Amino acid sequence: MTLIQDIIANYNYWITIFLMVAGLYIVVAKSNMIKTLLGLAVFQTSVYLLYLSPGKILGGTPPILDPNFTVYSNPLPHVLILTAIVVGVATLALGLALVVRVHEAYGTIEEDEIMDVVDRDDHAG
Amino acid sequence: MELLINMVLLTLLAAITIGIIRVRNLFAVVVLAGAYSFLMASVMMVLDAVDVAMTEAAVGAGISTVLALGALHLTKTEEAAPRYSAILPLFVAVGTGAMLIYGTWGLPGFGLADTPMNTGVGLDYLNRNMAETGIPNVVTAVLASYRGFDTLGEVAVIFTAGIGVLLLLKRFQREG
Repeated sequence: MTLIQDIIANYNYWITIFLMVAGLYIVVAKSNMIKTLLGLAVFQTSVYLLYLSPGKILGGTPPILDPNFTVYSNPLPHVLILTAIVVGVATLALGLALVVRVHEAYGTIEEDEIMDVVDRDDHAG
Repeated sequence: MELLINMVLLTLLAAITIGIIRVRNLFAVVVLAGAYSFLMASVMMVLDAVDVAMTEAAVGAGISTVLALGALHLTKTEEAAPRYSAILPLFVAVGTGAMLIYGTWGLPGFGLADTPMNTGVGLDYLNRNMAETGIPNVVTAVLASYRGFDTLGEVAVIFTAGIGVLLLLKRFQREG
């Protein structure tokens, strides 16, 4: 019984950590730039989960005040994450624009192939 | 019931993440990322973060997907086969994950009301909000009334990113 309680108490954190680590793995291991950016987005959403999970109160309602309710979940993480989501899409847009420029300059969006082109240019020069 | 829905949605989220890692066709990856964002919005719904869920569904699943599809249109849709072995990144990722999971033993359990986080500033906002601002939605009140400068900074970031995208893509059009 205590094992099940432990799992329930920590499940949100474990999934958060899994998403975080998966995002880290994509960023480190994948050479395709668009995939790297999407991995960065997964990393970022895991942080949203990290903020929102501890703010949830079981049996509580969303923090919209009403005389019929007394228990509300913590509103502060919601405010912080609202800002983070919008900033996240701004950085994603900038990153994708950079990828488009890189594709125009090198004809590829794979980091390995770009390094090949750079090395060849170095030797030629 | 709340707990069960939460756990099922989180498990689906982890499954989709594995799909994002393994699939090579970037169109499929972008569509999976859209599904990921919608699932994330559902999880946020269950976690009582309704405003955040709405933003994630609109921005994460909507605008991000459109941006990524636009970038795919201008670049390539197939990821090349990996050139190096993935053992070292996997080792780094698993090591980091193991240390973080070790850290969760010190955290308070899920859904409790008497944790330090839930008895501090958040509760203070809930108690003072109605008298000070008169707005029933506490998230809106904190965002606009108490932490307005945060939102101003956010606007500055979006403006900078927008200028950056414009500069990058304008050059692209002239040369292409």
